[in-house]
Amino acid sequence: MTIPPNPTSDPIETNAAGAPVRLVVVSAGVSDPSTTRLLADRTAQKAIDLLREAGRPTTVNVIELGGLAVEIAQAIVSGFPGARLQAAIELLAGADAVIASTPVYKAGISGLFKSFVDVLDNDLLIGTPVLLAATAGTPRHAMVVDEQLRPLFAFLRALPVPTSLFAAPDDWGSSTLGDRIARAATELAVLVRSGVGASMADTAWSGYRHQFSGNATNAERSVADVDFSTDLMRLAAGGSR
Amino acid sequence: MLFTLSNDRRKADTMQFGIFSVGDIAPDPTTGYTQSEAERISNLVRIAQRADEVGLDVFALGEHHNPPFVPSSPPTLLAHIAALTKRIILSTSVTLITTNDPVKLAEDYAMLQHVAKGRLDLMVGRGNTVPVYPWFGKDIRQGVALALENYNLLHRLWREDVVDWEGSFRTPLQGFTSTPRPLDDVPPFVWHGSIRTPEIAEQAAYYGNGYFANNVLAPNFHFKPLVDFYRDRFEHYGHGRREDAIVGLGGQAFIAKRSQDAVAAFRPYFEEYPIFRGSSLDDYMARTPLSVGSPQEVIDKTLTFQEGFGDYQRQLFSLDGLALPVEVALEQVELLGTEVVPVLRAEMAARRAPGVPDAPTHASLVTAKYGDADPRQPRPNPNRGDNLSGASPYQDSDPDSPARFPLAA
Repeated sequence: MTIPPNPTSDPIETNAAGAPVRLVVVSAGVSDPSTTRLLADRTAQKAIDLLREAGRPTTVNVIELGGLAVEIAQAIVSGFPGARLQAAIELLAGADAVIASTPVYKAGISGLFKSFVDVLDNDLLIGTPVLLAATAGTPRHAMVVDEQLRPLFAFLRALPVPTSLFAAPDDWGSSTLGDRIARAATELAVLVRSGVGASMADTAWSGYRHQFSGNATNAERSVADVDFSTDLMRLAAGGSR
Repeated sequence: MLFTLSNDRRKADTMQFGIFSVGDIAPDPTTGYTQSEAERISNLVRIAQRADEVGLDVFALGEHHNPPFVPSSPPTLLAHIAALTKRIILSTSVTLITTNDPVKLAEDYAMLQHVAKGRLDLMVGRGNTVPVYPWFGKDIRQGVALALENYNLLHRLWREDVVDWEGSFRTPLQGFTSTPRPLDDVPPFVWHGSIRTPEIAEQAAYYGNGYFANNVLAPNFHFKPLVDFYRDRFEHYGHGRREDAIVGLGGQAFIAKRSQDAVAAFRPYFEEYPIFRGSSLDDYMARTPLSVGSPQEVIDKTLTFQEGFGDYQRQLFSLDGLALPVEVALEQVELLGTEVVPVLRAEMAARRAPGVPDAPTHASLVTAKYGDADPRQPRPNPNRGDNLSGASPYQDSDPDSPARFPLAA
């Protein structure tokens, strides 16, 4: 079962429990159909089902990086995103959970995927539960998720779920892939339901480095958000350190 | 009154328009020709003179300490320009407040203010060149703290005859007098330039100084949150309403009589320039404050700045860089001064809310301090034999704040 391929799909009505969970899929697959996208979709559907069963309706948005490739490259050299890339960044900023899925090229994650991450604010995904997934042409690339995606999301201070998903051609014929998808989706759903990531980000926010007026949901954007009790702010107001 | 300042063109409810340059050199992509440093320095002087002749209000120079930029010593070059110009205000964009000793800045810019007869203000900032810190013996990890502490000291050096001071980044001062005292004992007006740091905007607001956002190389209105932050804090510190805060904006322009000629002429310079390589000119024109087009197009885009940021006091354009030949740069200055700015002056004045202040000038600051009285002219006390003037450096120094320094051996 897959979710509809509509990139801004399917807001599910809110129930009394609160706002729907916002799940965002990032796929760096570039073919159509793409196994990278397929892996992400199957996982997203499983996560939605689990969250629904737990009384947490969930909306899904998909960011297909292929269509953003030129804007991502432009942003790398210009230092700022184009309009569609900015919309994707804002979507990610508001995500309660992320499924990141990339093909393996030349023994590593897709350069397009890495370039996309390179233009994100460092604090965009602090505490956000992330499910890591990759596809490859051979099972010999199985460690790429843990060796490359996991440290990347560690740098972003995201919360990668314990189970990494990897699918080589053989895996698509095996029911164990479905089991692993279910396990990883369960971990993601439990993390989201616990609220631990959001709680971590909210509670420890001031301990991370931020850029004023950045894209992160908690970013300082006005006087009301700024802490004036820091050493630097005292120095700015004529005081000493 | 003892000071003279030809200031006749600037009337109430007008704002200041000018140009700012980093004095960059690059090969001309259409000819391959690279200006020598000697040529670029001479050309900067010609550009400043032309800006003065066509009625622009400000020429600002951005301090750099590395090739391919020539302005390592803005006070020297600006002093020369001051001698060759009549009305234009000289400024910086920026003066590095991090790696320069604030004591030397106080002296250099006070001297420049004197020789320029008050046609001087300056913009302090951190700059964007990482290795400058070690070149001048500073630690970049302390960049913001250096900027804040150094300005706090500079502020006092220009306002107190005798300064006792201790901070984290330089030796303490005991009984120090920065000479010469500012012209008419009125310090140059200071702008604080920052593109991302609320602490810098906070310092500008605390002192009631100006805040400048370079407004280039970033999406349209990217700097609005910081400008709004500065306005709110300016009001918080009691300097006036948030609309009265002194805001300056940059911008980048290339002008031709016909729009398509501007784009065609500018495109190779944009596309070959290192920081724009791989970027799309059309995207930059649409998404950033860069204006490339007819005078009317530049006017229309600049008017959006007033709409988006609120009424502001100073608009500077970057238009002499990117390897443009000096003849083209001079023509840009001329088109800006004759075709664009006169219209902008009138349009922006017409749209301006009543009561919004002008950018301070030396004349307005002198009037604010002294009214119709004569400005103070500090006269030193005599050398007491050890190259010091004793406890009171000037005949009229405040007797309540005498200098205390170690006795000479």
